[in-house]
Amino acid sequence: MAQVRYVSASRVYGKNAPPAVDALDLEIRDGEFMVLVGPSGSGKTTALRMLAGLEPLDAGRVEIGERDVTFVPPKDRDIAMVFQNYALYPQKTVAQNMGFALKMQGVPKDERDRRVREAARLLDLDDQMLDRKPRQLSGGQRQRVAMGRAIVREPRVFLMDEPLSNLDAKLRVQTRSQIAELQRRLGITTVYVTHDQVEAMTMGHRVAVLARGKLQQCATPRELYDNPVNQFVAGFIGSPAMNLQTVPLTDGGARLAGTVLPLPAAVRTAASQAGLGELVAGIRPEHLHLANGSGELAGEVLLVEDLGADALLHVRLAGDADPVVARTEGRTPPAPGQQVTFHVQPDDIFAFHPVTGARLAG
Amino acid sequence: MTAVPLRALRAREPGSRRLREVSGKVGWTVLAWVVAIAFFLPVLWMVLTAFKPESAAETWPPRFTFSPTLAEFRLVFSGWGPYVTHSVIATIGSTILVLLLGVPAAYALSVHPVGRWRDGLFFFISTKMLPIVAAIGPLYVIALKTHLLDSIWVLIILYTAMNLPLAIWMIRSFMLEVPSELLEAAELDGAGRIREITGVILPVISPGLVSTALICVIFAWNELFLALNLTVTNAATMPMYLISSVPQEGLYIAHLSAAATVASVPVIIVGWIAQRSLVRGLAMGAIK
Repeated sequence: MAQVRYVSASRVYGKNAPPAVDALDLEIRDGEFMVLVGPSGSGKTTALRMLAGLEPLDAGRVEIGERDVTFVPPKDRDIAMVFQNYALYPQKTVAQNMGFALKMQGVPKDERDRRVREAARLLDLDDQMLDRKPRQLSGGQRQRVAMGRAIVREPRVFLMDEPLSNLDAKLRVQTRSQIAELQRRLGITTVYVTHDQVEAMTMGHRVAVLARGKLQQCATPRELYDNPVNQFVAGFIGSPAMNLQTVPLTDGGARLAGTVLPLPAAVRTAASQAGLGELVAGIRPEHLHLANGSGELAGEVLLVEDLGADALLHVRLAGDADPVVARTEGRTPPAPGQQVTFHVQPDDIFAFHPVTGARLAG
Repeated sequence: MTAVPLRALRAREPGSRRLREVSGKVGWTVLAWVVAIAFFLPVLWMVLTAFKPESAAETWPPRFTFSPTLAEFRLVFSGWGPYVTHSVIATIGSTILVLLLGVPAAYALSVHPVGRWRDGLFFFISTKMLPIVAAIGPLYVIALKTHLLDSIWVLIILYTAMNLPLAIWMIRSFMLEVPSELLEAAELDGAGRIREITGVILPVISPGLVSTALICVIFAWNELFLALNLTVTNAATMPMYLISSVPQEGLYIAHLSAAATVASVPVIIVGWIAQRSLVRGLAMGAIK
C-alpha cells in the first residue's frame, strides 16, 4: 500500500521537441484507482513509464510511499505492470509466467506455487490452464494471465497500460468491471492508462486528463463531467462529445442560430472583464431538449442514430453553424429532414475563452 | 443506347486480362523450370556418374544406360575416415564458438546497444570484404609461429572468425524482433542481464539461432581454401579429400563424383532443414 506522487516530473525526448510530459504534479492516494486519460501523444503512457522506471526523468521526481524512487531501478520499486500486449513470455507456461518475478526474488518454490494458485483462483484461471503456453490461450485468458502476473507479486502499486485495448468490445466491458472490482477488493494503489474516456469514467476513483504533456484536470469522473476546467476537458469527457461552437456575444447573451442564447450573469461579467467579443459555448447533447416548435434553437435533422434506449440527432441549426448532436428519448425520434426546435437552460451552457480555452466563470 | 457496347466492353475486358495473366504465369513458370534444370543438371550428372564404373564415366557421347555399381562409393568410404572426422570437428566446434561469441555480441549491438554500435556492426561485416587470398600469407606465418599449422584448432579458429560477422548480423536482426515490452516485463520482474538473455531472449529467438547455426555449418563444411593452405594430413577436411581423389594418372571421374556426392549429402540435408527453419526464423515477428 502506498501513495504515489509526481513532483514537477518532466520527460523530454528530443532536444527541440516539446516535453512528452511537462512538469507533471499529481498525487495518487493510497489505495486509489487513478486513471490517466488523454488522446495519443498526450504523455499518459510516458508518465506511467516514468513511474515504472522504464523512462528516465529529465526534471522533477517520482515518489512511491514517501520514498523518492526517481533513480531506483524498476525491479526495486515494488510495482507490477500490465502491458498493452500483455508481454507474456511465450516459451514459459502460465504458471512460470506468473511466478517469474517471485523466482527472481528468490521466493521458495512451495511459496511460489501457493501464490500463483491463489492469484489464478482470484482470476478464475483453472489449474489445467496453468500448464499451458500463452499461445494456447484466448485473448481474454492472456489478459487475465497478465493481470495474474502482476497480482502474484503483491506490489505496492499496479501500473496498467491500456490493458483492455486488445480485447473485443464485449469482453472489454466485462473485463473492465472485473478489474475495477478486483482493485477494490485488493485495495492496491493503481495507475491505469487509457485513451478511452468511457473506461476512464467507469473505472477511476479519480481521472487525470492529459493533453500535449500537460495535466489539464484531475478530479472525480462526476466532477470532470459537470465542471470541466477548460474546453479540452469539456470536449474530451462525455460521449457523444459536448457541442462546442464559437459564438459572438450580444447584450443579453450569445448569438447562435439566429437567436440569442441567454448566458448566466457570471459568464457575461467574466467575458466583459476579459474584453471578449465572442466566446466558445458548450452544450452537452442531453441538454438540448426537444421542444415542439416552442424552443429557441431551430434546425433540420440530418441523421438519426438510434441507440435503443435513446437516439442521437445530428442537427444543422439555422444559420451557418456546424451540426450539433442532441440526445433524445429513443422511442419516437424525429425523422431526418424534419424541422425541430430545442430548448436550453442557461445554466447548462458552458462558456470558454476562445483563445486560451479556459472556462469562463465555472 | 450506349448501354450495349459498354456491357460488351466490360465483358470482354476481364477475359483478355485473364488471358494475359495466364500467359504471363506460364511464361514465368517455364523460365523458372529452365533455370532450375540448368542448376540441377550438373548435380544430377554428378550423382549418375558416381554410380558408373570408371570405364563408363568418361565417354563421348555421354552414356545414359550403364549397369550401376557401388564400387566407387566403397572406395570412398574406405578412405574418408580422417577427413570426415576433421570436417565434423571443425564444423561443429566453430559453429558452437560462433554462437557463444555471437549471442553476447549481437545483444550488445541490439537490445542494449553500446556506444558506437553502428561502427562495430560495420567493422564486423567489413572483415568479409577483404579477399581471403590477401590474408593467407600472414595467416600462414601466424599459424606457423603458433605451431597451429596442420592442426584442427587453426581451422576451428578461422572458421569461427569467418562465420562470426554473418552470425552477429543475423542474431542481431532476430533480437531486434523481440518485442520491447517483453524485455521491459523481464526488467520489472527483476531479471538481470544474464537472465534476460537466457530466460527471455534466447527461447524467443531459438528458431533464428537454429537457422544461423545451420548456415554456419554449411559454410564451414564447404570451406576449402583455408584448409588447403594451412593443413596437410592432421586436419585435412572433406573438400581436401575430394581433391586427393584425383590421381596423378588414370581415370578418376567416377571416383571423384562418388566422393563429391558423399560430401554433398550433409550439406543438402542441412540446407533442407535450414530452409524450413529460416522461414520460421525470419517470420519470427509474428510471435505475440
